[in-house]
Amino acid sequence: MDYASQLAMTLPEVILAVGSIVLMLVAAWGGPASTKAVSWAAVAVLAGALIALVGPATSGGEAFGGLYRADGFAGFAKVLIFIAAAVAIVMAPDFFARTAGDNLRPEYPVLILLSAAGMGMMVSAADLLTLYVGLELQSLSAYVLASFMRQDARSAEAGLKYFVLGALASGILLYGISLVYGFTGSTMFNEIAGAYAATPLTGDAKSYGLLFGLVFVFAGLAFKMSAVPFHMWTPDVYEGAPTPVTAFFASAPKVASVALGVRVAVEAMGPAEGQWRQIVIFAALASILLGAVAAIGQQNIKRLLAYSSINNVGFALIGLAAGTPEGVASVLNYMAIYIAMTLGSFLVVLQMRDHEGQPVETIASLSGLSRTRPGLAAALAIFMFSLAGIPPLFGFYAKFEVFYAAVQAGLFPLAVFGIAFSVIGAYYYLRVIKTMYFDEPVAEFGRGYALEGGLIAVAAVIVSPLGYLAIPLLSGWTLAAARALF
Amino acid sequence: MSGEIAGGVGLVHYLVVAALLFTMGVLGIFLNRKNIIVILMAIELILLAVNINLVAFSAALHDLVGQVFAMFVLTVAAGEAAIGLAILVIFFRGRGSISVDDPSRMKG
Repeated sequence: MDYASQLAMTLPEVILAVGSIVLMLVAAWGGPASTKAVSWAAVAVLAGALIALVGPATSGGEAFGGLYRADGFAGFAKVLIFIAAAVAIVMAPDFFARTAGDNLRPEYPVLILLSAAGMGMMVSAADLLTLYVGLELQSLSAYVLASFMRQDARSAEAGLKYFVLGALASGILLYGISLVYGFTGSTMFNEIAGAYAATPLTGDAKSYGLLFGLVFVFAGLAFKMSAVPFHMWTPDVYEGAPTPVTAFFASAPKVASVALGVRVAVEAMGPAEGQWRQIVIFAALASILLGAVAAIGQQNIKRLLAYSSINNVGFALIGLAAGTPEGVASVLNYMAIYIAMTLGSFLVVLQMRDHEGQPVETIASLSGLSRTRPGLAAALAIFMFSLAGIPPLFGFYAKFEVFYAAVQAGLFPLAVFGIAFSVIGAYYYLRVIKTMYFDEPVAEFGRGYALEGGLIAVAAVIVSPLGYLAIPLLSGWTLAAARALF
Repeated sequence: MSGEIAGGVGLVHYLVVAALLFTMGVLGIFLNRKNIIVILMAIELILLAVNINLVAFSAALHDLVGQVFAMFVLTVAAGEAAIGLAILVIFFRGRGSISVDDPSRMKG
């Protein structure tokens, strides 16, 4: 295969990488005045990368000696990632303009682009080396984004906590990678799968090495997708980081790390399914339970949404535990709907600010929102009902699919406990709705911006029962994407 | 697989050293109650433990991929340290200390 056709397969990442470098130069010459232009150019670059997904980038081929796989699974994840990244860029300028302290600098869209390029590599990885480099590119950009408001002590603390725990996670993942490499003799996913298939995982020294490698790799990946017991960084980072950055963390990197986890589990360690399934089932149930219980006492809406994201990763992992093409399709389906719900919720959080334009983050400040801003209250109610999985909203269908996949795979206890725990989660979502609709109104929020209002409306329509119209399209697409892995 | 790599030192010796360094690094992050620079050093220790593993496996397997991987790890570790120190500078400017003991502004 010639070089040009390999580059054509990696076209989305090439566009993002070149675009981010060019925009970095524009930013260096233009200074802070170029922020707006760089932001819109970055959105255009993401749109270009999205268009580039049509063609060789999703043809199912392998590029660069099997390091990079351009299949439909990666394509589906990239669509979600690029859209979420673009929304995170679009929602930033207004937030920074009206918040006291730091202004938006043109580095912000450039860092998001670099992060998106890293995530593109993660979901397309067919080799542990691609996996590691993509993951680090995503993480290193994210550390800087978390501490973007340099004058805000909370943002710096969030950045530091994210950095320390993220670096620890990378270290754990790498240690696992080194063991997997040493005991299988390869870093390519298909050869690793061959070695796992050839070695019965019982008893001798080699099987212990393979098993330890598997456990460390999954621990590192669980850290990145903030699954329990490796979730402890999530609430602090989500609370401290600027809200548009938090929205970004809760959406795009979550999709990328879940997709990467699915690919590693199915493609590299598929023959060891019996081993990783135990880890995934534990992480899924623990995430759902802790995400639900720990969120109950929270007063800060961003912390609440952080626990909500831990909770949701648990549900997505139930689909992975099934280990079937239908299970993987339900994970992709879950992440697609989750992105709409979570971005919508954070766009509503962006509207929460006093009359001087400073952000307020307490749940109590939502009191009586249904009387002061009925439209906003209705939108947040839709997102909360949907996150709780209450029919007829679209979030119910997402949960239904993962539980259906688990039942089809014979994992009845998992499905039963998952559904039972999801009822606990409904409590705190409903508490937000109760605050908005039944408490006495407090100070009214300042007016919102038309663009953000429009995005909230779009997300609310997707999550509303109208979303069910998209099911034939969505299920066909996710199943085709999942089949690419098996 | 369990062959000698050089001068009577076998693969297992390297793996044990790497495992000890890795454990020390992880404990350095969790038990450290002094300051954040020590945490950065502990992170470096973890990454170097991984590099020892990769190079030892590479030599034992007669396969170059492990050494190439180690070069990537070194490069990324350099970038990681640079970003970590930059965030540390911002953090210090905000509160005038880099002690871990300082009560956090966020709880939970």
